[in-house]
Amino acid sequence: MLAYIGRRALLAVFTVWAISVLSFAIIQLPPGDYVTSYIAQMASMGSVVTDEEAQNLRIQYGLGQPIYVQYFKWMRLVVQGNFGMSMEWRRPVTEVIGERLWLTVVVSVAALLLTWVLALPIGIYSAVRQYSVGDYLATFVGFIGLAVPNFLLALVLLYLGFVFFNAHIGGLFSPEFQDAPWSGARAWDLIKHLPIPAVILGLAGTAQQIRIMRANLLDELRKPYVVTARSKGLPEARVILRYPVRVALNPFASTIGYTLPYIVSGSIIVSLVLGLPTVGPLLLKALIAQDMFLAGTIVLLLGVMTVIGTLVSDILLVWVDPRIRLEET
Amino acid sequence: MAAEPLLSVRNLKTYFTQDEGTVRAVDGVSFDMAPGATLGIVGESGCGKSITARSIMRIVDRPGRIVEGAIHFQRPAGADGAGQMVDLAKLEPNGTLMRSIRGAEIALIFQEPMSSFSPVHTVGSQIIEAIRLHQPLGRQAARDRAIEMLRRVGVSSPGERVDQLSNQLSGGLRQRAMIAMALSCEPTLLIADEPTTALDVTTQTQILDLLRRLQQEDGMAIMLITHDLGVVAEMATDVAVMYLGRVVEQAPVDAIFHDPRHPYTRALLRSIPRIRSRTRERLTPIAGAVPHPYDRPTGCPFHPRCPEFMPGRCDREAPALRPVGAYHAVSCFLYE
Amino acid sequence: MADPGVALDPTSAPLPGPSAVVDPREPRIFVASQWQLMWWRFRRHKVAVASALVVIGFYLVVLGADFLAYADPNASEAQRSLMPPQRVYWFDEGRFSPHVYGVKGARDPQSFKRVYVADPERKISLRFFAEGFEYRLFGLIPTTRHLIGAEGGPGSAPAVFLLGTDVQGRDLWSRLMYGTRISLTIGLFGVTVSLVLGVVLGGLSGFYGGVADTIIQRIIEILRSIPTIPLWMGLAAALPRDWSVLQVYFAITIIISLLGWTELARVVRGRFLAMREEDFVVSARLVGCSQMRTIFVHMVPSFMSHIIAATTLALPAMIISETALSFLGLGLRPPAISWGVLLQQAQNVQTVAISPWLMLPAVPVIVAVMAFNFLGDGLRDAADPYGR
Repeated sequence: MLAYIGRRALLAVFTVWAISVLSFAIIQLPPGDYVTSYIAQMASMGSVVTDEEAQNLRIQYGLGQPIYVQYFKWMRLVVQGNFGMSMEWRRPVTEVIGERLWLTVVVSVAALLLTWVLALPIGIYSAVRQYSVGDYLATFVGFIGLAVPNFLLALVLLYLGFVFFNAHIGGLFSPEFQDAPWSGARAWDLIKHLPIPAVILGLAGTAQQIRIMRANLLDELRKPYVVTARSKGLPEARVILRYPVRVALNPFASTIGYTLPYIVSGSIIVSLVLGLPTVGPLLLKALIAQDMFLAGTIVLLLGVMTVIGTLVSDILLVWVDPRIRLEET
Repeated sequence: MAAEPLLSVRNLKTYFTQDEGTVRAVDGVSFDMAPGATLGIVGESGCGKSITARSIMRIVDRPGRIVEGAIHFQRPAGADGAGQMVDLAKLEPNGTLMRSIRGAEIALIFQEPMSSFSPVHTVGSQIIEAIRLHQPLGRQAARDRAIEMLRRVGVSSPGERVDQLSNQLSGGLRQRAMIAMALSCEPTLLIADEPTTALDVTTQTQILDLLRRLQQEDGMAIMLITHDLGVVAEMATDVAVMYLGRVVEQAPVDAIFHDPRHPYTRALLRSIPRIRSRTRERLTPIAGAVPHPYDRPTGCPFHPRCPEFMPGRCDREAPALRPVGAYHAVSCFLYE
Repeated sequence: MADPGVALDPTSAPLPGPSAVVDPREPRIFVASQWQLMWWRFRRHKVAVASALVVIGFYLVVLGADFLAYADPNASEAQRSLMPPQRVYWFDEGRFSPHVYGVKGARDPQSFKRVYVADPERKISLRFFAEGFEYRLFGLIPTTRHLIGAEGGPGSAPAVFLLGTDVQGRDLWSRLMYGTRISLTIGLFGVTVSLVLGVVLGGLSGFYGGVADTIIQRIIEILRSIPTIPLWMGLAAALPRDWSVLQVYFAITIIISLLGWTELARVVRGRFLAMREEDFVVSARLVGCSQMRTIFVHMVPSFMSHIIAATTLALPAMIISETALSFLGLGLRPPAISWGVLLQQAQNVQTVAISPWLMLPAVPVIVAVMAFNFLGDGLRDAADPYGR
């Protein structure tokens, strides 16, 4: 089991490295030298960057040197926690991002939990009562979830909320808590606002998981060990829950890991539509304004966060499936 | 059957109703089982043997249902319902009464040892679950009993085996573990549905010997379902031959082998390759093929393949099971 | 009475007496080709067949976008900004004569928004196969015929707006027709690129196994763990502003396919792995077939159907990705028209609250995605030899 976790951790490290390279590529992509454009921007706002400062920046970022040197210099700074300056906001990137990253985590995790909580029972019900009304209903709702892109769903819900209920359902906080410091009341306000974004984000993933759970369980229900369990005289509910569901959970749990990148991805666009104070709207603005350090850092941090989440879910999988404990998959 | 039969099935009908048609898997099956006897149920694949067993246990999968018939079972003398006759066909399949009978008084072992145990639970936990479901034993006592059962069925190092996953056991060991689980509550009737079909010949013999020994020790009746006439010859005291959901002949084992009456039984026996036959002698299979379940023949189900077919009679009605001798019954117009 | 001792020849004529009724279709099953079997099974899924028709319908629109549109999609006119959809009246005093009412627009002095009032006095009748703006049918034949148009011909100002207009006064219906063309073809190109990548890499991975397999598998896993949209946004934002519409179009296609090939590669690899051990493949090799021949003549036909199903299922993801990117303003840009570009106008809720028809482009997106999903499911079930 330790070997398995070790391998997943190693893979996670490689993934983080790949993400860092991609983020760096994003930083580098726009034409021109960012120090020059930094100076130009400072100048347009009336501040002056001294030659000495410019020279320091050049050395710090290794401009003029081969690209891999620049990459290493940037990584060195990143590892020390220095993510560079946002040119648009004229503040360190970390300050600009602020709590938005944590809020992204909160919304994504909420969506993920919702996926688990909804998909599992509905999937089980669909499989056990195949072809029943409930099954068709669940399949239909599932298809809606898969077919309607999450940002369109957000748009439609916003429209309905606005026109019929005269309520603005976007945002994660009520106006009074928007910029307030953290407190119990603020946390509660956040939790009250979470359901709608979580549902919109998690619907597609839930739909997919329901289908997977249903298909897996249908396969397992046909197997002989279910007959064995029944022939012992167990009550039907226990027969289903203790045996085929337990076996069908394994592939289900392993796919949960890949739902997280999907949810984090989706949260970017949905946050834009719903106006959530997460990393999404910030990223878009940064990209349009070519504020590359901000954009690249956001991509890097998002990626790292996702990888950590996936690793955690892999570890959970190992805990759930004893077969992996005994032998390598 | 001098004594009161342990199990008495009368005109059992289990149908599967689907969009494409109704499959009459069991279409009027009747037989008796004496306590401590071994009844072999023989027939080709698809004749309804397994469904009969499942019907008795009331675990037929949807859309199958028992539409008619009775399954009278003599419950053992015990705490509640001592020595009573109960009609299993009338019970709620998932009700408390049926579930207390299933697993404890009637047990089932079946064909696929490879996948009959849950792959994610230990063998021991599954046996212990069966024990604690029907007997008021604590965890440790149940575990001891499970180990003892494993030892009885010939599993080596039962103390270790009890904590292993089923995929760590060989096919023969798994089948033994299945038997241990089935017998852990001392049933009076053990239904064995093709218990040795998936095993190699050596293991097959061992399992059959084991069953015979356990039967002698515990006095339980065994309903042995198989398509292998050799196994029947070795183990059974009585035999019921099934074709397309009906019992066509029932007799003590000697009578079946030495004095078969029904044309199907005769054809079956004739089709067995003989060790004393001459070389290059043709095998004699049964003509034709088993009909598609949706296209059952009218009248006697065997008539399209029967060498003794009587036009006008056999294709009109289905013959009933009638006695033709001591404990010997046949369902054929030749004997009416 | 036949002599029981005589062996009965199973190939002789059936015995007298009514035997079991044989399904007349049954013998055909034994000689049908793989594709026929697949078609028969596919036909049974009504929903999948309906979806196939919907998809065909969409691609007919792609071909005939010019014909179906009646107004120049880029003709903007501030006077017509944000007109609501016009109601079509089918009968005029008992006669079949489809027409719409003329519309007068005026600026509301208080809200400064344009308000439109229908004028029942002015009836503008609609004609089928009317004359409109010029275009080339199938890119070759210059013509001015469109499916519908208002009377008055190409010279007069456009007067019919079936789905309303956008902020710049451009007719939404016509733009929707052109948008369908781009959105659906990007999907096709994107899927082709993904298919090539997926088949090649998945095939290498599955057929040769070993080191190649491990490396490719790790790459796939890494790609799957990365959130895709931030990456796409980054890459798309990096496209130079001065690139032409066509260049942007292809760049977006490639960006989207670069991450989408992983799913196809997994399917291909899985099939190869499963088939490598199959007896028919081993016997092909033993008979002396070269590796190329084994792969292309023996193995590929076995999983063609699976590939087709997986490809069909990959299309909706492409469509959604392009729509999402363009919606954000990072994908296709005006004057290109796609569903995503059209939806960009519906980005904020205040605009949409006043002009809800701006959300209409969402409908073809949803319908197309659903249709492709059902179709792909149907194809996958039909391709599965162990299905019902």
